[in-house]
Amino acid sequence: MRMIFSFIGRKVIRLLSLLFAISVITFILISHSPIDPIQAYIGADMMRVGPEQREKIAENWGLDEPPAEQFFRWGSSVLQGDLGTSMIYRRPVTEIIYEKFLHSLALMIIAWLLSGLIGFILGIAAAMKKDKWADRIIKWYCYTLAATPTFWMGLLLLMIFAVWLEWFPIGMGVPAGVLTENVTLADLISHIVLPALTLSIVGVANVALHTRQKLIDVLSSEYILFARARGEKGFTLIWRHGIRNISLPAITLHFAGFSELFGGAVLAEQVFSYPGLGQATVEAGLRGDVPLLLGLVIFSTLFVFAGNLLADLISFLVDPRMKERRPV
Amino acid sequence: MSTLEIHDLSISFTKYSKGLRQETTQVIHNLNVSINKGEIVAVVGSSGSGKSLLAHAILGILPGNASVKGRIVYDGQELTEQRKAELRGTEIVIVPQSVKFLDPLMKIGSQVQTSVRKGNAAVAQKKIFEKYKLKPLVEKLFPFQLSGGMARRVLLSMAVVSEANVVIADEPTPGLDADVIKEAEISFRELADNGSAVMLITHDIEFALKTADKIAVFYAGTTVEVAPVSDFSGKGENLRHPYTKALWRALPQNEFIPIKGSQPLANHLPKGCPFAPRCENATLDCLKEMPEEKMLRGGMVRCLYAT
Repeated sequence: MRMIFSFIGRKVIRLLSLLFAISVITFILISHSPIDPIQAYIGADMMRVGPEQREKIAENWGLDEPPAEQFFRWGSSVLQGDLGTSMIYRRPVTEIIYEKFLHSLALMIIAWLLSGLIGFILGIAAAMKKDKWADRIIKWYCYTLAATPTFWMGLLLLMIFAVWLEWFPIGMGVPAGVLTENVTLADLISHIVLPALTLSIVGVANVALHTRQKLIDVLSSEYILFARARGEKGFTLIWRHGIRNISLPAITLHFAGFSELFGGAVLAEQVFSYPGLGQATVEAGLRGDVPLLLGLVIFSTLFVFAGNLLADLISFLVDPRMKERRPV
Repeated sequence: MSTLEIHDLSISFTKYSKGLRQETTQVIHNLNVSINKGEIVAVVGSSGSGKSLLAHAILGILPGNASVKGRIVYDGQELTEQRKAELRGTEIVIVPQSVKFLDPLMKIGSQVQTSVRKGNAAVAQKKIFEKYKLKPLVEKLFPFQLSGGMARRVLLSMAVVSEANVVIADEPTPGLDADVIKEAEISFRELADNGSAVMLITHDIEFALKTADKIAVFYAGTTVEVAPVSDFSGKGENLRHPYTKALWRALPQNEFIPIKGSQPLANHLPKGCPFAPRCENATLDCLKEMPEEKMLRGGMVRCLYAT
């Protein structure tokens, strides 16, 4: 019990210091960014806005204060649970993140589950057929994927399935020109397939290569030799001793891969104009929406941290070797 | 008729040395040994000389790049690879060296139960645990939680619970204290008394002498002598091979005289008798070819001048 408390305590301290560091760094980066938020906000109408009006907008947004003061004002309201108002959406940041996250969540869950499952199976298949043609093909496929940029894969799928075959819509989360209440589940699904597929395909390589190597190690281990000496063979052997020993590291790795999932989602959503967190992040960055960008940075930090925490927790709770040694 | 007979067993490995050049290393050559029902035979040799491969060859679990020649006969029937696959775990079992041979994520109880061949596995496992003084709590432990002595008893109980006819123990003693070793001696004798043929593969000559009926001395990939335990006495006058004699004299409780030189490596074996370079009595004839086996005073020896 004491171990669990100290485990949680350590994690909380780590999270708080991480969040602080991340927000300071992001704030410094943004305040040095060449993008002028007022110009980005007003856009083409800039010619019609005089210097007095500009000053008034800056005053209204608090942009005339020194960066340190801005940061502390922002920081103290964050501590009270207020992430501020997005400049481009003119709505509270939390609301926008919540709305966009729901869209992204479906996308990321599908991609995460698919890539994990496919990667795991491919890895096992490759390890069982080590150095045979099946293994070579899987390895070649994984190395190619690992070197493939997400946006490129997205464009490729877009070209093949949306433009040439016309199986799926070209982009967006829902059909254009349809009222929200008229959007069917089929519409939502057909819009999510391509971005989810892009993310899954790119995410496979990591898990597959890791699982392959791990299973190869396990298969050459002494306990597999002894199991064979006891007459175990074939699928029983792999199932009983192989899968048991490789699934935990694979799951841990896959949870720890949340950062890549989020990064991939940013690119995939941009390619497919999918209205999720990723797209919001790009928008906030390009248009200098500091509150939204900071909110997103904090949120994504929490998201990735949660992934890593889950990975730690699972190996902590499931792996008997991680538990306290019980005296006998 | 012996339960297990090994005739002219040779094991070699092929591997790629540089680029596509294949290199074959013969690790065991022309090895002969046999074990009767109710008998304990110890194969004694120095560590790292390839003794374990003998066990793996009998069970047919050598790696893919190994090639095996010679004959292994079990119960009067020659063991083909297919026959080995049928018998391993049922009639021929191995007691592995250490706890590392157990699945790290599987509870001890279930692992022991996988070795049970007849009847209710859980009942058989509980009974064997009682016999080896393993508390019921041990069932629920994972291998990393076992002490050295407990691990040894668990590994042995797996062999016993399978009720096999042939038990091969691979290095059963390293790192164990005297009490546990004593316990192991008794358990192996019990196994033999119950009708199993037991093969101990070990570098621990003292343990072998205390436990076994026959000692097969393994040197540079082959057996140079097979002698009944009673021959290991006095100054070793009854022993047949110069290496065995030297080994006996090297023991601390005897004369404690070390043997000069070291065992040749598998890929640098001399043409003739493998012990010739270290032998005081070696002649030119010894360097010509490997001495044939000959039977002598109820044992076997590979030496031109053995008397």
